[in-house]
Amino acid sequence: MGAFADEAWQRLRSNPAAVAALAMMCTILALTWFGPWISPNDAQTLDWLHLAAPPGVQNSHWFGTDRLGRDLFVRTLAGTRVSMAIGLAASVVSLLVGVTYGAIAGYIGGRTDHLMMRVIEILSGLPLIFFVIVLTVIFGRSEYLLFFAIGAVGWLTMARIVRGQTLSVRRREFIEAAIASGAGTGRIIFRHVVPNVLGPVIVYATLTVPQIILFESFLSFLGLGVQEPGASLGTLISEGAAEMEVAPWILLVPGSFLALLLLCLNIFGDALRDALDIRDGSP
Amino acid sequence: MTPTLSIDDLRIAFSHRAGSIEAVDRVSLQIAPSECVGIVGESGSGKTQVFMAAMGLLAGNARATGSVRFEGRELLAADRATLNRVRGSKLTMIPQDPMTSLTPHLKIGIQLAEVMVAHLGTTWSDARSCARRMLERVHVAEPMRRLNQYPHELSGGMRQRVMIAMSLLCEPSLVIADEPSTALDVTIQAQIIELLRAVRGEFGMALALISHDLAVVAGLADRILVMYAGRIVEAAAAGELFRRPRHPYTAELLKCVPDISGPRPARLPTLVGQPPRPGEVLEACAFAPRCSRAAERCRIERPELGGPAGAQVACHFPLSND
Amino acid sequence: MIRYFFTRLAGAIPTLLIIVTATFFLMRAAPGGPFDQEQTLPPEITANLQRAYGLDQPIWTQYGRYLKSLLHGDFGPSFKYKDFTVTELIGQGFPVTLQLGVMAMALALMAGTLLGTFAALHRNSAADHAAMSLAMVGIAIPTFVVLPFLGLLFGVYLHWLPVAGWESGSIRHLALPVIALALPPLAYIARLTRASMLEVLRSNFILTAFAKGLPLHILILRHALRPALMPVAGYLVPAIASIMTGSLVVESIAGLPGIGRYLVQGALNRDYTLVLGMVVIYSTLLIGMGLLVDLLYAWLDPRVRH
Repeated sequence: MGAFADEAWQRLRSNPAAVAALAMMCTILALTWFGPWISPNDAQTLDWLHLAAPPGVQNSHWFGTDRLGRDLFVRTLAGTRVSMAIGLAASVVSLLVGVTYGAIAGYIGGRTDHLMMRVIEILSGLPLIFFVIVLTVIFGRSEYLLFFAIGAVGWLTMARIVRGQTLSVRRREFIEAAIASGAGTGRIIFRHVVPNVLGPVIVYATLTVPQIILFESFLSFLGLGVQEPGASLGTLISEGAAEMEVAPWILLVPGSFLALLLLCLNIFGDALRDALDIRDGSP
Repeated sequence: MTPTLSIDDLRIAFSHRAGSIEAVDRVSLQIAPSECVGIVGESGSGKTQVFMAAMGLLAGNARATGSVRFEGRELLAADRATLNRVRGSKLTMIPQDPMTSLTPHLKIGIQLAEVMVAHLGTTWSDARSCARRMLERVHVAEPMRRLNQYPHELSGGMRQRVMIAMSLLCEPSLVIADEPSTALDVTIQAQIIELLRAVRGEFGMALALISHDLAVVAGLADRILVMYAGRIVEAAAAGELFRRPRHPYTAELLKCVPDISGPRPARLPTLVGQPPRPGEVLEACAFAPRCSRAAERCRIERPELGGPAGAQVACHFPLSND
Repeated sequence: MIRYFFTRLAGAIPTLLIIVTATFFLMRAAPGGPFDQEQTLPPEITANLQRAYGLDQPIWTQYGRYLKSLLHGDFGPSFKYKDFTVTELIGQGFPVTLQLGVMAMALALMAGTLLGTFAALHRNSAADHAAMSLAMVGIAIPTFVVLPFLGLLFGVYLHWLPVAGWESGSIRHLALPVIALALPPLAYIARLTRASMLEVLRSNFILTAFAKGLPLHILILRHALRPALMPVAGYLVPAIASIMTGSLVVESIAGLPGIGRYLVQGALNRDYTLVLGMVVIYSTLLIGMGLLVDLLYAWLDPRVRH
């Protein structure tokens, strides 16, 4: 495992695009956490003197303000934080669900496995947004719905990966030994199978993060996600789009942030997949 | 008389991340009109690459220097338009593996007819008629039916006949047959070789027959070139080669051909050692490590091809008449 | 081929039925009713409303009635747009969405395969890198960022195209939405085609085609394209799903009166019948497309048929 990781790291390092992407992501991360300290403004204050002001250095609003006079720089950073936080939390949820589902399917095998995989097949084909819309109609807009919906983005692929890995791990000797020593199925799955499939799982988890961030901003953009006064990049972009013709920076600032973030995540993810030589059918 | 094919000091190297690998090392040869030349050698000897260079089919990372003239026209590094004028019509190739050499989703008729349509400007219906007649000449039964079938509906032997027909449609001056029978069953092999002989008699074109198997080349070739590690080590008239091999490698190869008439040997003879990996040998005789007659000179000086016209050899100590 | 089609059709209908049924029961069985948002109504009025919309019947009766009316093309009344039935709304919006979707799909397919083939033929050249970078942008950046940005560039700054709005059949109004909608699948198809074409160009039968001296365009179009497009055929259904999802955003931003916009509004307004009707339409579309793609697959590869 060590040598394998080293070689992958080497390949990653020699890829200029990947390095640049990683550097950019770190910059964004740093900015998100430390940015508010640099700027004299905060995300909630309404600056009545500078409503919808364009970016400029003199008036301390480096990226301008929105229609209500809120500083765009700090607000965007706050939005990025929210998007990333939700993204990470949802990733964890989808990881847990996916790993459990996949491990059980792969371990038990047979008809149960077959059935469980069929379910995944059907669910994969359906566009998730319609499902979310139906749920929104039923349950109204709520944070829990958001988490659940976003978590649903990543668990399908995760489950498939874990199931595949479990199938190959299952036949190894130490599993036989565990079974022979009388350990219960649940115990075997969690103490023996899961630690051994963790490698690829971590990789795929990193690859689903951009998908999840994207879905969250998508929902927020449509108005189905984060609500006022909380802001995520999606809501900020939605506001910006409405003001596009008079105050384009309100769109450009959060839009560019999101675009840059997703671009870097995707470039890095691609490079990671190349370095580890994983091809799951993606070009 | 201009030779149909004239190759002069051809060198082919493949560049990789780790460096460059020489696959063909200063090969010169000529093929006269209507002549059949057999090129024999193990895999990795460079025999196929020489003719890939002639057809302009070298891989992207290949660097070729030297000269390859077909009917007087220089083909090496020629542009695609020049190449496309000769290949497929006057200079054709029967590739190695008939099972994978035909386009799976196109009917046989189209794959045959398109050669004439592209090169001679014939109409599709005329080209199809010619294709049908050609299939008859290569002994494919029910040619009309075959024209409307897909490659996977034909057996290996039949596909090879189709490839042969394809190479003859535009009346080529030179046909390159690359291991024409290797991928086929033993019983079919003989048929294909016979077919090539008949075709050559009928059409009278020059034939370059590439094979690792001397037996395949035996009945057909006028002249034989033996290649080893990217170099030509012997070039002689067919009869002369079999009667009196001059290069130690050739002699070993001949010993490997089982003689059906003689007594049954206890073990099949094989050659000692391995051929050098491409790129391994430089200024020395390539065969020296495996040669029982090797001397100090062989390890430091590369032998050049020399001798009378019908019996040339690249060896410091060629086999003498015994 | 005909038999294959009917077998697949027989398999698709149950799936559609399951989706419709599941959605129906989910919505009917959910906490709260369609009238909860309004100010609290006196019970008699609520009862009247319930009766008027048939919501007081046992749920199985409601289900049966719904299915029956579906077969007659009647999706019921909209709970929020009081003057319209869902059928009318669908009738108004569907042609718009269909036009948008079809144009986007066509653009994605044609431009995507062209770009991918070009990149494969000029591998590792500057043009190749440029094309693949463009593809990366198309895949990574979401539609709801791309469309406003495009609108900003071409509408606000260059004044070439209108930013929003819809005039029946006007290309100028359709241009940016179609491009923004087509971009993600276009990018994916380009990458897919490039990778696949590179593989195909290494095959023996392509070597034969080169050896036959065929002109390059014939070689690509006749010999290489069909096998190279097999993976793209496999991506068609996800591409359609992606376009469906994207249309929600595009219609909302550009103010196009299509069913996507109604769906989003329906979600925000908790308009049950509208959402249910839309789900039925979209599911039918998706499953229908899936069927067509299967047939396409069978046609592309003769070996599958035999």
